[in-house]
Amino acid sequence: MPTTTAATSAAAPPAPDSQERITAEITAAHAATAPGAAQPRIDFPPYRSSALRHPTKDPRHADPEGIELVAPVFGHSDIDPVEADLTIQHGGEPIGERMLLTGRVLDGDGRPVRHQLVEIWQANAGGRYIHKRDQHPAPIDPNFTGVGRCLTDGDGTYRFTTIKPGPYPWRNHVNAWRPAHIHFSLFGTEFTQRLITQMYFPGDPLFALDPIYQSITDRPARERLVASYDHDLTTHEWATGYRWDIVLTGTHATPLERAEHE
Amino acid sequence: MSETLAPTPGQTIGPFFHDALPYPGDSLLVPPGSAGAVRLHGTVYDGSGAPVPDALVELRQADPAGRVPRVEGSLRRDGRFTGWGRAATDAAGRYAFTTVTPGGADGGAAFFAVTVFARGLLDRLFTRAYLPGESDAFLAGLPADDAATLRVLRDTRPGAGTGAGPGDLRFDIHLQGERETVFLRYPRHAFPRCGR
Ligand SMILES: [Fe+2]
Repeated sequence: MPTTTAATSAAAPPAPDSQERITAEITAAHAATAPGAAQPRIDFPPYRSSALRHPTKDPRHADPEGIELVAPVFGHSDIDPVEADLTIQHGGEPIGERMLLTGRVLDGDGRPVRHQLVEIWQANAGGRYIHKRDQHPAPIDPNFTGVGRCLTDGDGTYRFTTIKPGPYPWRNHVNAWRPAHIHFSLFGTEFTQRLITQMYFPGDPLFALDPIYQSITDRPARERLVASYDHDLTTHEWATGYRWDIVLTGTHATPLERAEHE
Repeated sequence: MSETLAPTPGQTIGPFFHDALPYPGDSLLVPPGSAGAVRLHGTVYDGSGAPVPDALVELRQADPAGRVPRVEGSLRRDGRFTGWGRAATDAAGRYAFTTVTPGGADGGAAFFAVTVFARGLLDRLFTRAYLPGESDAFLAGLPADDAATLRVLRDTRPGAGTGAGPGDLRFDIHLQGERETVFLRYPRHAFPRCGR
């Protein structure tokens, strides 16, 4: 809102932008980007925090070698099976909609990523993180930390039991709300396949308004971040079920090299 | 296998990863003070030169003989050298690892493979931190200023307030700006592989 009062200090932060303005910038950025981009635009002005944190030069092509051809290895000595159930980490039941979440981790050639680490973190049912810097005035749930880990099985499948997270407000612009999401951290068989992303829920009315989700300018690519409700996974009188498959980028190792390492 | 599947896009790590990804011993690839232990440290900067206090740096490396570890146990190390670690930046944008000096794997130059995440950064970035004196065709092919962004420096005197000492390895990361770090794209990151 423009103001002419003398009390306005030159150092006062600029008035936050409206949703209309952010939405117009999203539309413009989409129009300026070639269709089919599989990854987010790291230079995406509607996400204000990105302005000074994205490289301006194109990444340099490098042929992976040595250490880059091998992901870190994780195993049963790294985690406890109970870490896959986010609802049993405390003395009582967390508040909210209990849900089962499963899917497969595949590489770019459709091969399952076996026995590899999957890490997740999320807000509670009220949209509040346990994180000390989360200022959203929604209650912390003493029975929910919102952190989970598991290993994929021999088929590349991961499984978590958790609580459906709530949407939460943030300070990107006036009335900015993140669509409900779960953060995922994934490894492949190569260092080059490392991925951190966010999984969303089908039909969220906040999708069109969210500059982080919309930083992926290609609609089919965006929709690859949305889980599907799976009634066969839903459990009678216990939990709803969601399914989300993850595809990492392709590997560079030759079939012979892979055979030697398996 | 002929079909290439469309990859799942990345998203920012956001501001709230600290309760999930860091863990005790995450940045200690070897115990501090053990034989051959070296400190690799640096600061992550944004395009204005300000430190980035909510970044996460991951490290992947060979052992001193250039062997590539395929060893589990990074989350509960128990004395194993896994060649992998992670370090969140502190309030001053600094990260630090205690590790060993890698040898060149497969006869190549010796470098640390590095991944960077941050709030405000919409996808992960890959780079290489080459040990002092190391070079290869990739590094030699870069303009000198760009190549300099990939070179690890050896501290010669204590760093004020950083806890760094002589002999430590320093690798600063500039997400943007005049000294912007060279980041990498590997061949299979391109999708679709051909033009549409
Ligand atoms: Fe989040």
